[in-house]
Amino acid sequence: MEFIAQHPVLVASLVKIAILMAVLMTILAYLSWFERKIIAHIQSRWGPYYVGAHGLLQPLADGIKFLFKEDLTPPASDKFVYTLAPFLALTLAITTLALIPFGPATVWIFGHETHLVVANVDIGLLFLFAITSLGVYGVALAGWSSNSKYSLLGGLRSSAQMISYEVSLTLSVVGVLLLAGTFNFNELVTSQQGYYLHFIPRWRIVPQFIGFLCYFTSAIAETNRAPFDLPEGEQELVGGFHTEYSSFKFAMFFMAEYANMVTVSCLATILFLGGWLSPFPDRWTAMQYLPAASLLALAVYLAYDTFAQMRGIARIQLAVVTALAAVLGLLCLLPAVMPVIQGPFWFTFKMGLLLFFYVWTRSTLPRLRYDQLMSFGWKLLLPVSLLNLVVTALWIVFPQLVNHG
Amino acid sequence: MSLPFILFFVFAIVAVVGAILLIVAREPIHSALSLIMVMVALAALYLLLGAEFIAAVQIIVYAGAIMVLFVFVIMLLNAGVEERTNWSKIAKYAGLPLGIFLLFELAHWLARSAIGARIANGSEGTNGAVSTRALSEMLFQKYLFPFEATSILILIAILGALVLAKRDE
Repeated sequence: MEFIAQHPVLVASLVKIAILMAVLMTILAYLSWFERKIIAHIQSRWGPYYVGAHGLLQPLADGIKFLFKEDLTPPASDKFVYTLAPFLALTLAITTLALIPFGPATVWIFGHETHLVVANVDIGLLFLFAITSLGVYGVALAGWSSNSKYSLLGGLRSSAQMISYEVSLTLSVVGVLLLAGTFNFNELVTSQQGYYLHFIPRWRIVPQFIGFLCYFTSAIAETNRAPFDLPEGEQELVGGFHTEYSSFKFAMFFMAEYANMVTVSCLATILFLGGWLSPFPDRWTAMQYLPAASLLALAVYLAYDTFAQMRGIARIQLAVVTALAAVLGLLCLLPAVMPVIQGPFWFTFKMGLLLFFYVWTRSTLPRLRYDQLMSFGWKLLLPVSLLNLVVTALWIVFPQLVNHG
Repeated sequence: MSLPFILFFVFAIVAVVGAILLIVAREPIHSALSLIMVMVALAALYLLLGAEFIAAVQIIVYAGAIMVLFVFVIMLLNAGVEERTNWSKIAKYAGLPLGIFLLFELAHWLARSAIGARIANGSEGTNGAVSTRALSEMLFQKYLFPFEATSILILIAILGALVLAKRDE
């Protein structure tokens, strides 16, 4: 206890990291379920259905399967780099999330004032870019160290693609930075408070819509997702850079990809969609019941599903989920919890929306050819994001020039 | 022993070990990885000095962009394992002692210089955390001309490389 009293910041940070890791690992696992389910429904299939009610235990089954598969290392590979690559990919992907604020700068939990972020860094955005810019190594080194033609080609494609799209990714964000005048995530969000015409939120997506499109397109390419998933194009390259990987090392690449998707969606939420800010004005006080209401509505639907649709063991499993949703919903009604939950609720909602867009594009658009990918990145995305930057800069400078002149 | 003091030695050792590995490693990719290690350790040292912006830019530019290109080219050319030669006699009998002498010379003069004295006295010296705003004011107002001149110089270098690469077509 003495130690806790002496180092409050250290202990608070460790607790936050533990919570973040637990939540993140669950999200990463269920993101695969979410993706498979949505793609299945878009393609008129059921998706995972047999492991648990609605396939809800499928991520667990997948995880156990990954753990118990044989971990193969190709004899001709570079052992050290081969093992390093998945660790590098996953660590870098997860580290970035320490910088993301999920709620307002100061909230009160059990009488303690705290931030809903692990590290509130002054130049948060630059740090995030610094960490993500190292993410290429995981993929490139995996491709090289496997000592296989498919892997090497996948790794090469991926590095080329990530270098190309990183330029437009960074440039598309500069417009937002110019308008906000800060690198700090908290200030980036709070600078979006207020409303146009009293009801349209002053989120940066309104003046920076082109910037948002450029950002999200290059973000999809950065994370190697469809339609830009050439590094792992299975028709040409078997599995791309992770062809030779098996067992949990493969799972680590998988998790890194999902973690990158989460990071990119979080960043888009903060920069363009007003972060944890509610889209409704403060005077609409009824809206603070929305988190509780949506969870309770989910519980009611699940209860109907449990008794009308499910049979046998699936009914018990779904009943547990129903109870969980109901308890969480009631918890959100507590006066101590209600103000704290508002920020994370809206943040998660927007992030989930963007993740849905990710999956939606994957199931809708066909993969690009390699030369199309390169010309799209360099000849369309880069000029457009540059133009967006120039117009934004002029927009800021022009009134100043008029006033002075 | 304060935490920054311990961290300084941790990252300093990482940087030195990385630099030695860079020379010793025979596989080009291993050398490149060691260089990345050095750069990340240097960024951490900048961070300890309170230069957040420089630390972030060090990683973004050097580790994230330049070294990625290095690794890319090594992979593309599939560069083989380096071949070792026997040490030349000059390197062995003149180079090694001279190198060690230079090291001591540098350490000696650094310790006696104004910066060394400031570090030894433990005062914060030049480094109270420099804000990005102050840095940008220096770059884009006070030192605007040298900054732009350097940019144009780099642009000329890029164009030169392009011309040389395109000549035989």
